[in-house]
Amino acid sequence: MPRHPNRAIVAWLLAGLLAYLLLPWYAIQDSAWYAVLTQIADGPETANGLFQAFAHGRPWLLGGLAGLALATVGLAVPPGRRQGLWLIAGALLGLIALVGGGFAIGARGWSFEVFNAWFGELEAQQFGMGGGAFVAITALTLLLAFGLARCGNFKGDLFVAGAVVGCAALLLLFIAYPVTKALSAAFIDEAGHWGLGALFERIGDARIWNLGCLAGSTQCGVAWNTLFLALACAIGSTVLGTMMALLAERNAGPRLQTPLRLIALLPIITPPFVVGLGLILLFGRAGIVNQFLEYAFDITPTRWFYGFLGTWIAQMFAFTPIAFMIMRGVVQGLAPSLEEAAQILHADRRQTFFTVTLPLMKPGLANAFLVGFIESIADFGNPIVVGGQYSVLSTDIFFAIVGAQFDQGRAAALAWVLTLFALGVFALQRGLLGRQNYTTVSGKGDAGIPMRLPDGVRRTLNGVVYPWLAFTLVVYLFAFIGGFVRTWGRDYTFTLTHFQTAFGLEWSDFGLVWSGTAWNSLFTTLTLSGLSAPLTAAIGLLIAYLIARTDFRGRDGFEFIALLAFAIPGTVLGVSYILAFNVPPAELTGTGLIIVICFLFRNLPVGVQAGTAAFKQLDKSLDEASLMLRASTAQTLQRVVLPLLKPALIAALVYSFARAMTTVSAVIFLVTAENELATTYIIGRIGNGDYGIALAYCTVLILLMSLIIGAIQWLVGERRLGRRKSSAAPLAAGM
Amino acid sequence: MDYGIEFRNISKRYGTDPAAPLVVKSVSFGIEAGSLVTILGPSGCGKTTVLRMIAGLESPTDGQIFIGGREVTTLGPAERNVSMMFQSYALFPHMNVVDNVMYGLRVSGVPKAPATARAIEALKNVGLVGYDARMPSELSGGQQQRVALARALILEPKILLFDEPLSNLDARLRREMREEIRSLQQRLGLTVAYVTHDQSEALAVSDTIIVMNDGRIAQRGTPQEMYERPGSEFVAGFMGEAMLFPGVADADGSVRLGPIDFRPRQSVAAGAVKVAVRPEAWQIRRDGGGIVGRLQKRAYLGSYFEYTFATPLGPIFVVSPELARPLDLGAEVGLMLADHGVSVVHADA
Repeated sequence: MPRHPNRAIVAWLLAGLLAYLLLPWYAIQDSAWYAVLTQIADGPETANGLFQAFAHGRPWLLGGLAGLALATVGLAVPPGRRQGLWLIAGALLGLIALVGGGFAIGARGWSFEVFNAWFGELEAQQFGMGGGAFVAITALTLLLAFGLARCGNFKGDLFVAGAVVGCAALLLLFIAYPVTKALSAAFIDEAGHWGLGALFERIGDARIWNLGCLAGSTQCGVAWNTLFLALACAIGSTVLGTMMALLAERNAGPRLQTPLRLIALLPIITPPFVVGLGLILLFGRAGIVNQFLEYAFDITPTRWFYGFLGTWIAQMFAFTPIAFMIMRGVVQGLAPSLEEAAQILHADRRQTFFTVTLPLMKPGLANAFLVGFIESIADFGNPIVVGGQYSVLSTDIFFAIVGAQFDQGRAAALAWVLTLFALGVFALQRGLLGRQNYTTVSGKGDAGIPMRLPDGVRRTLNGVVYPWLAFTLVVYLFAFIGGFVRTWGRDYTFTLTHFQTAFGLEWSDFGLVWSGTAWNSLFTTLTLSGLSAPLTAAIGLLIAYLIARTDFRGRDGFEFIALLAFAIPGTVLGVSYILAFNVPPAELTGTGLIIVICFLFRNLPVGVQAGTAAFKQLDKSLDEASLMLRASTAQTLQRVVLPLLKPALIAALVYSFARAMTTVSAVIFLVTAENELATTYIIGRIGNGDYGIALAYCTVLILLMSLIIGAIQWLVGERRLGRRKSSAAPLAAGM
Repeated sequence: MDYGIEFRNISKRYGTDPAAPLVVKSVSFGIEAGSLVTILGPSGCGKTTVLRMIAGLESPTDGQIFIGGREVTTLGPAERNVSMMFQSYALFPHMNVVDNVMYGLRVSGVPKAPATARAIEALKNVGLVGYDARMPSELSGGQQQRVALARALILEPKILLFDEPLSNLDARLRREMREEIRSLQQRLGLTVAYVTHDQSEALAVSDTIIVMNDGRIAQRGTPQEMYERPGSEFVAGFMGEAMLFPGVADADGSVRLGPIDFRPRQSVAAGAVKVAVRPEAWQIRRDGGGIVGRLQKRAYLGSYFEYTFATPLGPIFVVSPELARPLDLGAEVGLMLADHGVSVVHADA
């Protein structure tokens, strides 16, 4: 009946061994790894681990084998602390040999100058790690986790131990390592020496901190630009979002619910710069407004809209729905009985609203403000589309890396400033708001009836929200129409040429030809997003499970790193990846894999948060009951937890897919001609002034994404809970 | 001794901070195979933590746990041959009754057909027939309880753990389920550890009672021993609502409580003691004698009266089965001790 307790250990020992025998050890440059499986006994590029060690002069690879052998000894002793010690010893030996060797010995001998001085020049060199190395290191990492579990950590649960150690290794490798490496570039001065001076010199640059604009003379530093924009955007989106939430929950009838929900959903499925484009069609130099002014008052069109104003309005459109979703949850969570209590105590509606309702929303307001702030400083698409001369940190980092300057040090210094902003706000949010929460969503129903809004407040809300909704509609409408006219501003004749150029199909002698220029990027985007979404959801929910349900040393640190990716702006992550994964041991740039990984870790916090919120509502004794019935942790997850987590699963899948489809900032560094993505393609078209094609593409993306989200929802299905029909959780389980 | 479950010097603290307080403090005990032991104590005394450590849901900070003579301290729940009933029943809401009950078999690799047959059989054993396809949300509290019991028993565990299993049931159902659990335990020869905070429930079902207080075992013994010969103020107060009065023990073995002299059943050393008197152990003398008391409060509870008297020893709470002639408020009576329900414990420091 009970499974053999060593089963998982044996399996991973075998996997480690097979990695040495069956797979090419190093990454294959020009073909797929499976194409060279027959050549694993051949040359120094394609050989497996064993041949690399013996025939091609890379004896340090034997350390991994020795580690596996040492761990195998542990099988001879019964499960317990002694076995654990064997496993740990073997795994550590192997990991030190492989990972240490990987970092120490690069493509041209020793990776560090010091080693040349100590040990002399090294003949051997290494390429980026490939399939064999990956599986071997994974196996050793998991054996280390099993050893720790056998020594009494993680309550002796091998699965939990493996999940914790595995996820921690991933987070370290793909978040902590690249970001640290990229940020440390700021310490290296022009001559290649380390020093704090280089960092201070760069960060203290006048181009970053100049406050000249306040005196009205010159431009402000880019750091101040970013800060001003973020503050304006955070305040604006919080106020508007709160107004919409109050109106939707407390005043509007069912008629307004659907359009509001739709508006809330739009920015999730649209690329962030669609609004920017729509605004350009309205207010840009060739936009409707300017044309009208020229026609009616003979005012020469200028680029007045580009800059702070345009970016701010575009960001307001993009991020108000997020504030709306946060605040809607808050308003729903307010206990009506508290308002009734105030009214019983003779407060009128207006007094109740300002003394009870609004103060209770304070933590939510602060939360919405901080999220708006972080989103704004991390935004790349809107500043690049409508920013004009108004430069912000995220765009400056981009130009420091890809522009003519190619100044890694400056990019790193700017990334420092941006990261510090983000981390500061993130810390503020966690520290100030972490424990504070007035909204109580308990299982018990609150018998109270929500108070009607006071008349003055209601009139104000109506006066602001409805025009805003109309404005939103107009902007999206223009973005939609823009794809169907010949040249905006000059020739408004209806045409389908933009769609034809981008998505043309032709029949030729060889069959169907995808002749449109956009097909390539569309397919790449779909494939990579489709690959990353399930991974993001799976790893995100797994981490949420570990955070919510297990208790181990270092859990807080684990949670912190997992959520840190949210605070790290996409631009910084992208720069980090290109700097860190350009050289062995992890040589990934130029591949589709690095884009998938970037999507994964960029969107991971979304999965984690959706999962964490769901776990809070799931009675812990359900998983414990399953464990007591001798289900393994993996079986418990599969049979009990996952079916009950379907809403969170959908949310995580949809979010990670949609965000992967629409993200710009992180991946703009990672795309190549081969792996062009939809968003970067569109940005390129905008750069060339081809608004028609860009807008046509956006329309196609929005339609496609709606279809796919519908399909995901339909595929995953509803969870079965007997007679209680529970509607799927709101998509925004928490941003 | 053939212990089903044995704790050796088990300590437990939550979290990883070594400064955090211990929830369970160096607890050692053994539970004989085939017996039913209740762990009784006020909330926060560590009793549920002890149960969860037996189950393998928590691991001890220090010490060793043995089940059936085998050390299981570092093993997970699946490797212990232990089953558990949860306070909330923890029925999987997305599975119907049969799926819930056969869950343990299915995850152990038993094919569907035999698993279903055994699940239906198990449900019949706990008296639940014809509900196989219902969802848990469509069952009453008592029915859910039976499903949870059938589910816990289907793997034929050696050890069954109960975490306050009756706290969500009404009074009548509670007695019924209590008797059922007891008879099931005796029929199957199970070793059962049963956590509760209800002392009457503990007295009714147990072979042995362990009373815990503040992370330690205050006393263990049979229900009679615990009720009649409590070893400390805490146990006397916790078992049966005894009131404690300061008294003096003489060298000749008699104990003085105010104006009353009596000879306790257990011998005590001379000096200051506490006399624990249960509310039913006071005899009311209408013609005076003993401690003088004046009736302050009176409540009628159907099968008995509850009186509170003001006395020189402070207010005394008395339960009187004499329904025919109730006392009037303000009546002056004498209070004497009966020969049962009175125990003497050392005064705690």
